[in-house]
Amino acid sequence: MKTFFYTLKQSFIQFGRNLNMSIISIFAITCMLLILSLFFILVINVNTAAETIKGDYDSIEIFLSDKTTPEQAQEMVDDMKTQEGVSDSFYKPKEQAMAEFRERWGKNGYLLDSLEDNPLPNSVVIVIGDLEKADALAEHAATYDGIEEVKYYKSTVDKLLDATKFVQIAAIVIMIFLIIVSIVVVSNTIKLTVFNRAEEISIMKYVGATNWFIRGPFLVEGIIIGVVSAGISLGITHLVYSKIVDVIGDQVYQMLSMPMVPVGFLTVNFAWIFLALGISIGSCGSIISMRRFLDA
Amino acid sequence: MDTIVFDNVTKHYKSNIGIDHVSVTINEGDFVFLVGPSGAGKSTFIKLILNEIDADSGSIKIRGHEVVGMSARKVPVLRRNVGIVFQDFRLLPKKTVFENVAFAMEIIHKPKKQIQKHVPQVLTMMGIADKADKYPDELSAGEQQRVAIARAIVNKPKVLIADEPTGNLDPDTAWEIMQLLNQINQRGTTILMVTHAKDIVDKMGKRVIAIEKGRIVRDEYGAYGYQEALEKAEMTFDTVQLRNRDTFKARFRRGGDEE
Ligand SMILES: Nc1ncnc2c1ncn2[C@@H]1O[C@H](COP(=O)(O)OP(=O)(O)OP(=O)(O)O)[C@@H](O)[C@H]1O
Ligand SMILES: [Mg+2]
Repeated sequence: MKTFFYTLKQSFIQFGRNLNMSIISIFAITCMLLILSLFFILVINVNTAAETIKGDYDSIEIFLSDKTTPEQAQEMVDDMKTQEGVSDSFYKPKEQAMAEFRERWGKNGYLLDSLEDNPLPNSVVIVIGDLEKADALAEHAATYDGIEEVKYYKSTVDKLLDATKFVQIAAIVIMIFLIIVSIVVVSNTIKLTVFNRAEEISIMKYVGATNWFIRGPFLVEGIIIGVVSAGISLGITHLVYSKIVDVIGDQVYQMLSMPMVPVGFLTVNFAWIFLALGISIGSCGSIISMRRFLDA
Repeated sequence: MDTIVFDNVTKHYKSNIGIDHVSVTINEGDFVFLVGPSGAGKSTFIKLILNEIDADSGSIKIRGHEVVGMSARKVPVLRRNVGIVFQDFRLLPKKTVFENVAFAMEIIHKPKKQIQKHVPQVLTMMGIADKADKYPDELSAGEQQRVAIARAIVNKPKVLIADEPTGNLDPDTAWEIMQLLNQINQRGTTILMVTHAKDIVDKMGKRVIAIEKGRIVRDEYGAYGYQEALEKAEMTFDTVQLRNRDTFKARFRRGGDEE
């Protein structure tokens, strides 16, 4: 325990006295975390989009003609609930549809105020539990009287999901590539640091310090560098993403009728990811880069 | 007890002779100069003692512990028991004088209290107590060497090895450093010092081992050169098993009986 505190203290001292090298390493790790965060943001948002799309895919909407009464609609709801593969079904009056529409348009909702009548139809929503049955259920729904249209965009949704899957895989490949590149960059940066201190290490060995005694402060220093980089990257990502959501969040919502991942959620998750990455890159970097000097 | 024993030790580099079939014994309490032309193998001799390089053959015992073929794990322990001083001081540049000396105690996990108490004592002994908070590059060469010596002796090693400790110092400062080493030797630490400084060796009148091309060519008391040695030496010694002159005198006074 004493040794632990000794090491911790020495590391902070080393960190301070090697400020130049520490700053270079922090810069390298931060850059790499920022590039990574860009891809994380992309992947996370694409994932949410995919989830939203899947949510739409999960339901069939039956638009009713204006003549159809709520009672008739209720019969459809009850019938649907008896069907296999249906997890829920409910009647959605046009007023509710309008309210949702307005919410979806957010700030621009006032545009709807100019409408005299509600142009939206009443509808019955069927939430599908078993996607295998979706096609059969859509066909069954089409047999009801008093309906205008059965809305079920299977092929579009399929295409969209394929596209998102491609984006996800591409992003993950690029991310792995980036992580490897950054570990190489960082371990070289740290190697430079250690190289500058090869003399120091050899002196310590002359005085009789064990490898772990020498490694300790460097290791903790690497971790400190990782944590600081994680903090900086997190701050920058938080600011930039807040700005992005501010500027284009509403447009995205209107175009894709899906919200962007909330800033708070993203920040909290990134905190862990950055911390883990920063610490592992910092410590791996310092161990890898010291090996050569300790073996001698 | 024999402090350093080389028994038929050979260490050749790829194309150079480092040390060639060297056998020599240095006794506890000795003050020994290791002299010889450049490239003779002096530093090699010292590196072998510290296990910085390993011998090709032979045996090296430091206070009874075999150093040849020593496992890497034990090397730090060996080095903690041998104080080392170099020509270029080798202080940790980013640590203060106090921290440099304290470092030697920290690696053997000495309690903080003891470090706080003992380091200033050693610095005082070396005459640099007022420099404790300075960094090495704020010190003169002589002061830096004092710090290096303080670090080397702070754990009270039985052996102190110095590779040209006065090589970077002006004659006066060099002589001050020699006085310090002499004091340390008088407190019972065995000292092995590599040097090119003829005047120092002559003035000190200690045992001198001369090597050339990796072999011991002379091992006598007194002076740097052979002629001077003859003149200075009051009596001839067996060149294989030499005793420290002071030890010899003491024994001489006691009537020459060995114990
Ligand atoms: N690492 C090495 N690789 C190859 N040859 C070496 C190595 N170190 C020393 N030598 C050679 O071994 C011989 C002895 O070298 P050593 O350093 O022991 O000499 P020295 O007596 O200390 O010389 P100096 O007085 O110049 O310091 C020299 O010929 C030197 O060139
Ligand atoms: Mg040398």
